[in-house]
Amino acid sequence: MQFLQLVISGIAQGCIYGLIALGFVLIYKATETVSFVQGDLMMLGAFLGLGAVTALGMPFWIAVLSAVLAMGVFGLLLERLLIRPILGQPQFTIVMLTIGIGYIVRGVITMIPNIGTETHTLPVPYKDMVWNLAGLIVSIEHVVIIASTAILCALLYAMFRYSTIGIAMQATSQNQLAAYYMGIPVKRLNGLVWALASAVAALAGLLLAPITFVHVNLGYIGLKAFPAAVVGGFGSLPGAIIGGLIIGVVESLSGFYLPDGFKDIAPYLVVLAMLWFKPNGLFGEKLRKKV
Amino acid sequence: MRFLFKTSYEQDIALAKHGGQRFWYGALLAALLLAPWIFPEYWLAQISFVLIYSIAGLGLMLLAGFTGQVSIGHAAFMGVGAYTQAVLTGMGWPFPVALAAATALSALIGVVVSVPALRVKGIYLGIATLAFGFIVEEVFARWESVTGGNAGIHFKAPNLFGWKLDTSESFYYLCLVLCVAITLGVLNLLRSPTGRAFVAIRDSEISAQSMGIHLAWFKGLAFAISAAVVGVAGALYGHKMGFISPDQFSLLQSVELLLLVVVGGLGFVHGAFLGAIFIISMPQIIALAKDFLPPAIGQAAGLQGMVFGIVLVVFVLFEPMGLYGRWLKVRTWFQLFPFYRKGMFKRQKSFTKSDRLK
Repeated sequence: MQFLQLVISGIAQGCIYGLIALGFVLIYKATETVSFVQGDLMMLGAFLGLGAVTALGMPFWIAVLSAVLAMGVFGLLLERLLIRPILGQPQFTIVMLTIGIGYIVRGVITMIPNIGTETHTLPVPYKDMVWNLAGLIVSIEHVVIIASTAILCALLYAMFRYSTIGIAMQATSQNQLAAYYMGIPVKRLNGLVWALASAVAALAGLLLAPITFVHVNLGYIGLKAFPAAVVGGFGSLPGAIIGGLIIGVVESLSGFYLPDGFKDIAPYLVVLAMLWFKPNGLFGEKLRKKV
Repeated sequence: MRFLFKTSYEQDIALAKHGGQRFWYGALLAALLLAPWIFPEYWLAQISFVLIYSIAGLGLMLLAGFTGQVSIGHAAFMGVGAYTQAVLTGMGWPFPVALAAATALSALIGVVVSVPALRVKGIYLGIATLAFGFIVEEVFARWESVTGGNAGIHFKAPNLFGWKLDTSESFYYLCLVLCVAITLGVLNLLRSPTGRAFVAIRDSEISAQSMGIHLAWFKGLAFAISAAVVGVAGALYGHKMGFISPDQFSLLQSVELLLLVVVGGLGFVHGAFLGAIFIISMPQIIALAKDFLPPAIGQAAGLQGMVFGIVLVVFVLFEPMGLYGRWLKVRTWFQLFPFYRKGMFKRQKSFTKSDRLK
């Protein structure tokens, strides 16, 4: 029973990692760049939601919706203003750029007087409710996380499978030049991918907020999404979610069964082992470059 | 404008290319040697820090700037060097022996890290080093019997076989000697076949491989040398601070080292020094600027992080060759006056090259 309990909380945490990893993978597939700012976007989304609820007095669901939309617009602007000018440069350049953007976002939030340096609770309608399932006590917060992730995955799957935009995004990620020749507006799609990734990150932040608290360093959780993305194979969307679940469960179990300190580094041990034995991840594609 | 006519191979690989360089580097060295008489103690300490960070920057530059392998966990090597030095000098080992051991251990761990690095590249390598950095930080915090855990560990003054370097001046000279030695070593390495192999790997792994460069061996070597140099910097850093704890070698420190090499100029030895000067002077400048800013901005906690972020973004977007690149542009402008053209240092754009293929 305890084991199941740990697994469920691990899965809930893993869903968050999976959602952030989804953002990495979306951006990586579309533009071959790695965004280190994803965790900070998550933090920003949580703060926007908090502001919408507490300062503007919006009802919770509308606040969530508007925070996610606002972050989508933010992602679009980020891509247009900062990322697009240096596309085509070595990957390292963009890694440094996104690290810099992360610093700025954290700095700006910290500088808001009386808010940036405090920890906040996001008032959610389902706070502290539990669900007693034949002796298995499940908190509603976890259920909401898992259910929202499942719904979001279904929506994304439908989008990539059936909608024109989704198929165009897939085409772009497979071969940018060929997609461009086929008349797909590659640049605009890249912007949309950043918007989508930011919106997903914001949603992850809002889902996570009831469990942790909203504070400036929330973004560091995003670093654990890298192991999730690698375990799933960096280029695979379902892999990102499954990788996130694996990392979440491993973390939760190692926190209970292994000595102190292992909880924090378990994801990194998993990722090192993964890189050592199966560098392409569970769902990664194996391609060789032709000279 | 100066035209160099190279008439021998020795001239081509000479460290100082012409009399002007010999004069200015000599002048710089003389100024640094006389620094304890010129500068007050506070500034001397800052220069020592610049020298220490320059060593660390040189180490990372060798890996990121010359071999093209990104490491987001280099503070871990600094930590390994610092902790080894602390433990060994604590046991009464003389400074040079402890330093050699710290360097060797860092290099060894560098080799261990490079093992997955040989199989993966690009962002996977970044994540592997990131993971390694976190694990090492946790080890520092948890291995309390050796490292003192989160409480940290104290350093004794460096002991050169009975000669205690406990004054600010003597420690400054120690840093200076090590920094000059390592700089000359790195310059010498870069003009040797090994250094050229590094640069070839950076520019194209496939063509390097076709030229008969053993990728695994040279990447491992680059990691080992880089880790060793950063380990020396870590040991000196520990001595300078007098006290180390795990959070000094966290991700933030690794990012700071990356910031150093990017702002200084990726792929230039000068870049490590300019970057180090930038990293050390930036907090001071911010502290000075605080008085002139409105209190709502000046007294806010996040100011320094935000300024670092803005500087990083501005450099990546507008000055990809860093401070040294800016200096090159200014110098070329004067040398060619009035024939400098705008596009002379333009970055070449390429269509997104896929890293998924390897």
